[in-house]
Amino acid sequence: MKVRAQMGKVLNLDKCIGCHTCSVTCKNVWTSREGLEYAWFNNVESKPGVGFPKDWENQKRWNGGWELRHGRLQPRMGGKWRLLAKIFANPDLPEIDDYYEPFTYDYAHLQQAGESKAFPTARPRSLISGQRMEKIEGGPNWEEILGGEFAKRSADYNFEGVQKEIYGEFENTFLMYLPRLCEHCLNPTCVAACPSGSIYKREEDGIVLIDQEKCRGWRMCVSGCPYKKIYFNWKSGKSEKCIFCYPRIEAGQPTVCSETCVGRIRYLGVMLYDADRIEEAASAENVEDLYQAQLDIFLDPHDPDVIRQARADGVPEAWLEAARHSPVWKMAMEWKVAFPLHPEYRTLPMVWYVPPLSPINAAASAGKISSHNGMPDVRSLRIPVRYLANLLTAGKEAPVIDALERMLAMRAYMRAKTVKGVIEEPIATGVGLSAAQIEEMYRIMAIANYEDRFVIPSGHREDAEDMYDERGGGGFSFGNGCSGGSSQTNLFGAPARKKLQTPSEVF
Amino acid sequence: MADFMHHLLFGIYPYIALAVLAVGSVIRYDREPYSWRAGSSQLLRRKQLIVGSVLFHAGVLMIFAGHLVGLLTPIAIWDALGVSHGAKQLLAMSAGGVAGCMAIAGASLLIHRRFFDSRVRAASSFSDNLVILLLWTQLALGLSTIPVSAQHLDGHEMVKFMAWAQGIFTFRADAAASIRDVAVVFKLHLMLGLTILLIFPFTRLVHMLSMPVRYVWRSGYQVVRSRKLAAHHG
Repeated sequence: MKVRAQMGKVLNLDKCIGCHTCSVTCKNVWTSREGLEYAWFNNVESKPGVGFPKDWENQKRWNGGWELRHGRLQPRMGGKWRLLAKIFANPDLPEIDDYYEPFTYDYAHLQQAGESKAFPTARPRSLISGQRMEKIEGGPNWEEILGGEFAKRSADYNFEGVQKEIYGEFENTFLMYLPRLCEHCLNPTCVAACPSGSIYKREEDGIVLIDQEKCRGWRMCVSGCPYKKIYFNWKSGKSEKCIFCYPRIEAGQPTVCSETCVGRIRYLGVMLYDADRIEEAASAENVEDLYQAQLDIFLDPHDPDVIRQARADGVPEAWLEAARHSPVWKMAMEWKVAFPLHPEYRTLPMVWYVPPLSPINAAASAGKISSHNGMPDVRSLRIPVRYLANLLTAGKEAPVIDALERMLAMRAYMRAKTVKGVIEEPIATGVGLSAAQIEEMYRIMAIANYEDRFVIPSGHREDAEDMYDERGGGGFSFGNGCSGGSSQTNLFGAPARKKLQTPSEVF
Repeated sequence: MADFMHHLLFGIYPYIALAVLAVGSVIRYDREPYSWRAGSSQLLRRKQLIVGSVLFHAGVLMIFAGHLVGLLTPIAIWDALGVSHGAKQLLAMSAGGVAGCMAIAGASLLIHRRFFDSRVRAASSFSDNLVILLLWTQLALGLSTIPVSAQHLDGHEMVKFMAWAQGIFTFRADAAASIRDVAVVFKLHLMLGLTILLIFPFTRLVHMLSMPVRYVWRSGYQVVRSRKLAAHHG
């Protein structure tokens, strides 16, 4: 057993209202630059739909993630030689039109147009070529509120095994939002696919980063990532991705997307896992077993053996304490209401999702479907269980059904408590929880106070870096520091200033 | 005067070009690592790139290997192996011809794309445009030496270039003299080649120094960086 800590995240889709505040604040902070106009480290897509970039979930097309070949795990793009063979031209790379061509509007024309019979308009212009765009054909959430015809949206990969035709009818349709960011996987394919070795996972908190000075722009990571959450900066020629706001996380603050989420749907917490069993978990024969396999490598932060080993492996005490109060642990492991996104990609993702409840469907409201304890059968909810299972558990329905039933039970229990003034313990025990657990679920998931959502121990940079070397440094910057001109290293004899100690690599 | 120019171009210029190549690349790698990249534009336009880039790179790599081995292997080794000069020249002409055709076909596609696709054009720097034009010209010059070589198939002209290249790398002051009387197309090809070496560190060409061969023997797939190790070993 080798204990490592990971900063994990849960998004409660049951509460996401699709306001895109997360996307916009993230964009303002990190990607509002030339070369990354089209990139959204965090985006929110409307489901059902093909998403952003278009059809990203279809790995037959993009070859992202891992596959088992002769029982051995290897990137779907191919092994190392196969992957290197794609270096001159990568057939698995999306084109910018698969995202969208970034654009602005000719706003100045509104002020400068001469007198005319018609109102002046601000027409779109490409941010890449600078040329006029007659028509804007895509965006980061082009299917907003079920926009576009169902025939196109229903190419959604999660309709696998669902009789999808009826969901094209107005009376039966459903809508859910799916906010997406880098999953900071335990078994990331982007890292595996990078020929330069510039992408790495940080041992202390599991954040996956791209070393911008080592990246050579071979762009294999863009294809390797099955979530299409690595973006190629067409200006700098380097790939960039969500950095999990690591400067904030290190200071004990939530990521920008989490901090600004108005629906309070985002949770951050520490998860301990057994790093020796990553490959074993990702190699489960049957994709339906991958969800359970990932649960199995998480380690109980209350277990004395785990605590002892974690200390031996150098996990700081504050991180162990945080792991014991982790909302991620509670939702993923204790109540089992949160699930990984597309575990079938075998990346062991670490941003998890609570599936959304939905109104009961037309047949159920006509009284044709039984209810239990006043709660409808979750199979009669509008969003097909199979759809959610395809999204979150590689098609295995039972765990999703259990989670939805627990969420319904939480509502029934709290309704009884606050409206009727009675504690209905059987509602809790009926879904395998105690009354106390249901009340804690309510506190964490419904009330969702700041301190319950974000349990973030600060990083221990002092362990690793000599702070004296960092004095006067610019912190986060691109290229040659903030100055752009002054020299930190000197080839021609002047005493070189000691460089910032960068972490070493362990292959 | 002509002698002086010849000596300047083929006796002194090679050292200037190679020195700038080496020192410039080291400085850039050390000072400006963020600028060191392949500079792919595949994201902006896939069309023409898949065929163009693969043809170009495959062709150029073959040509590069051919020049390296052909020019710098001492003549004694070829003699010991029993390869006659004529046979070596024929091999160079045929293999080089095929690879050159591949490369120039690819480069033509890439040029068309770079100058006529609005997105790629807008995202191209002056050096990107210059490099692809120079490489195309160099390939064309290289291919046009083939008919000249075909007029003397005994390999004695080729031996002159080997003597020159090996003379440069062994610091022989009279290296330039060995190619004093070769056809002008060869001289143009050499001059442009040296110029490409000269501008190498200032362009995207540096990405060829980062050929990621280490990937193949990287153990396993995952890369984890530890702060603790850095502190202990650093």
